[in-house]
Amino acid sequence: MPDERPDSAPPGHPTTLLAELTWRCPLHCPYCSNPVDLALARGELATGDWLRILSEARALGVLQLGLSGGEPLVRRDLEAIVAHARAIGLYTTLVTSALGLTADRCRRLADAGIDHIQISFQDSERASAERIAGTASWEKKQAAAALVKTLGVAFTVNVVLHRANLDRIDDIIRMAGDLGADRLELANTQYYGWALANRDALMPTREQLARAEGVVDAAIARYRGRMQILYVLPDYYQDYPKPCMGGWGAVYLVVAPDGRVLPCQAATHITSLEYSSARDHPLEWIWRESPSFRAYRGEGWMRDPCRGCDRRSLDHGGCRCQAFALTGDARNADPVCIKSADHALVTAARIASTREAPPFTWRGVRAAAGSAG
Amino acid sequence: MALSARPALWRLARIEFDPVRGQRVLLYPEGAMLLNDTGAEILALCDGRRTVADIASDLGRKYDAEVTDDVAAYLAALAERELIHDAGGTPPYAR
Repeated sequence: MPDERPDSAPPGHPTTLLAELTWRCPLHCPYCSNPVDLALARGELATGDWLRILSEARALGVLQLGLSGGEPLVRRDLEAIVAHARAIGLYTTLVTSALGLTADRCRRLADAGIDHIQISFQDSERASAERIAGTASWEKKQAAAALVKTLGVAFTVNVVLHRANLDRIDDIIRMAGDLGADRLELANTQYYGWALANRDALMPTREQLARAEGVVDAAIARYRGRMQILYVLPDYYQDYPKPCMGGWGAVYLVVAPDGRVLPCQAATHITSLEYSSARDHPLEWIWRESPSFRAYRGEGWMRDPCRGCDRRSLDHGGCRCQAFALTGDARNADPVCIKSADHALVTAARIASTREAPPFTWRGVRAAAGSAG
Repeated sequence: MALSARPALWRLARIEFDPVRGQRVLLYPEGAMLLNDTGAEILALCDGRRTVADIASDLGRKYDAEVTDDVAAYLAALAERELIHDAGGTPPYAR
């Protein structure tokens, strides 16, 4: 059992479920948040499991569904899952590399009632994009984006930012605009899973970020009314941590490919917790009662400096997964916080960004974990 | 949003009734906004033809009250978040 002090307050309704349908993926991006040990202990959930889980999630209050992975298109039952989600009133987003998104699958997904398709792009320049993805993918993504445009569903371009592509942010924004995206998500890398193993290769310098933020600010104004631009802050360069997931077990839940239910897609990295499986328990029990969801819910688990901090209701102490990954104890303050006793771990990573970048360790099922943390 | 604007819901958003919360909810990419009865009533009138002034006067008659400022403020907040737009102006996201 974890060292926990469960909060007594009952949780509210979750709003969002991220369904990681599979960890199989044709790409090898070095910033993937998936576990570095991608072996699945119990295999992937069957179609019937997913349909039941979605119905249970809807009954709990979930409104938004993300279908992610890995690459969800490798599941041949994706359309059946989408159709069920739409039938029970969920707003459904497909988060995809677009590899495998043929005209036929596009049409079937639209017929099934997909609301929103989000395609990842690695860079605005073919050679760099394919180097980051670790595979030939440029033409397939461009073709898939054109197909999605014909469907009339919401279309988002998603680009993970890091030191190898941040200097092309102008071109990346222009590419998304030219692709006709309704939305562009520019997400600075969050350091979990493979990204943590590759942190020194991915972390941008403060100067890179300052320039990029100026470009993004101007673009937000320029594209207003045509393309919404969202910019996810680089948390290692903030003074205070992000309000991760809106708080542990507050509004968000993730179901991993093997059925484990997590408060965050990076939560498998907290090895001191055991996560209950949706194969073995109703989702409602897991959400309300399971030890892992209660472990860091509310504020009862907090230590100093979080316990007495006037920001604790704003950022919930930051990210539990990051606290665990960097300090070995998920109850510590997120080291991003300037009040954290472990903040030097974050400043050291910033300093490393000014040195020459080491090579990437690409995501792969057989690859070694690299030098995490 | 001006009183002469003709608000319309973002084409990527839709309204569902949520039986769990007993409320209508506005759903859009990566987001959800719970609507109270008044908000849902205002949004139902955002059809791209009625002006803000029309909507305020419809609701004002129904409730026998002066609601123009409240309706305009509510719609302005939604427009700021790009959840509605002025269909009488240049239609955003229209292609």
